[in-house]
Amino acid sequence: MLKQSIKQLVITTCVALLPLTLQADEFTKQDLKLWQDEFMTVVGEGRKVFTDPKLGTNGVVCAQCHPNGANTHPETYPKFQKQLGRVAQMWEMVNWCIRNPLEGKDLAVDDPRMTAILSYIAFERRGVKMEPGKH
Amino acid sequence: MKRRDFLKSSGALLAGGLLPISLVEVAFGKSKHENFTFAYISDSHIQQIKGNQFVRNFDTGLMRAVAECNMMDPKPDFVIYGGDLAQIGNKPELDHGLELMSACRHKVHYVMGEHDYYLDLGKYWESQLGPQWYSFDHKGVHFVVLNSILVDEKWVNKWSSGEERMGVMAGLDNPLGSPFMVGAKQREWLRKDLAKVSKDTPLVILSHSPLQKIYKGWNFWTDDAEKIQALLKPFRKVNVFYGHVHQIQYNQIGNISFHSVMATAWPWPYPSTYSQAASQLPKLTVEMNRADPFFERDATGWQFIDVWSGNATMHFQLPENKPRTVAYDKKNKRPEDKDYQAKKNRIPPQTHY
Repeated sequence: MLKQSIKQLVITTCVALLPLTLQADEFTKQDLKLWQDEFMTVVGEGRKVFTDPKLGTNGVVCAQCHPNGANTHPETYPKFQKQLGRVAQMWEMVNWCIRNPLEGKDLAVDDPRMTAILSYIAFERRGVKMEPGKH
Repeated sequence: MKRRDFLKSSGALLAGGLLPISLVEVAFGKSKHENFTFAYISDSHIQQIKGNQFVRNFDTGLMRAVAECNMMDPKPDFVIYGGDLAQIGNKPELDHGLELMSACRHKVHYVMGEHDYYLDLGKYWESQLGPQWYSFDHKGVHFVVLNSILVDEKWVNKWSSGEERMGVMAGLDNPLGSPFMVGAKQREWLRKDLAKVSKDTPLVILSHSPLQKIYKGWNFWTDDAEKIQALLKPFRKVNVFYGHVHQIQYNQIGNISFHSVMATAWPWPYPSTYSQAASQLPKLTVEMNRADPFFERDATGWQFIDVWSGNATMHFQLPENKPRTVAYDKKNKRPEDKDYQAKKNRIPPQTHY
């Protein structure tokens, strides 16, 4: 009986505390600004990686062929990439460029530099409608 | 040589390869002038890695252009190099670029590009190649070479070093850059130079940046373009050929036909593909096919140009793509693509987005 009462109390307490700890649907304008700033910081880092001669081995930078990230078409991925003969994701194409024109080594998919590059490219393409698969 | 024979031999040459250069035929039909050809190579961006190592891809583009230029039949009377021989314009890059160019068996006239210039304001380039702007006459045609990539003095002097200045200017999309111009001093020189030329003499103007305004953000732009155009206006036949843009562009403004030439290094996106800015790509231009990055030389293809009776016909030969011809249409008085000008004739790869 006592055991059950304690259990009841614990559950009640947990339910009571839940809104205080998680607040799933409560965020403020300040939060929004903070999150946007965090994103823009990574976009800024992406621009740095995009123009970093050390990303590959030959000093060639992404922006040399893709000024303002143009001709990358992030809104069209995943899509069938005829050169690979299969549906590919954007990060695979980023690594293709790093391996070939930049003569460098693949970045891991979750490498912060990869996230930064993809963030920068997507930001430069903001406002363009999603068209997965488009050629 | 008759034009038809020239085309025939060019066709034979095509079978042998895809040349990232332009061959220009200046032909004047029944007039007193003698037909001749010249070749055009541009934007090789020879880039040093360290010591005597250079980016292989860009070396290859220039080596191929020079080799195939040497095989041309008829032989061109001379070659124009359209600027941006080097990437940051240091001595090793310019020396290496000139060494590759030294394999060219023809006289070369050089145009200054911003990548050749902003490290030392063109000093080393000038020590090797001579003045930054000049004119010459060849078989009845007056050629003018301009340095169109100059900028405001204040901008030039605001950097702590030449390296820093070049680094900023080398980034096409770097917002810290500055719009190109020919400038008052050179315009005055041009005015005096043209004063000596009769108005029915065909003019060929060679510049690195377009002498028309397309997109300022990437310096597809010359700030005093209208003032230059005004100086060219009194002449009956004027053709402007420019590099810098690494893509097919053409336009007609009044009496002036504008044509870009291809790069030997890499293609650039059309400014319209940058969704955050407005571009003024001439409506006339039917864009080149989107480049396939898996083919290193794609969209660096070759073209030759007839300046037929003083009007240009551009013949583009593009790797992995069908050849294209952009010819002056006498009725519409402007350059038009022979196959693709009408909207209904365009093909999906010509859509850039």
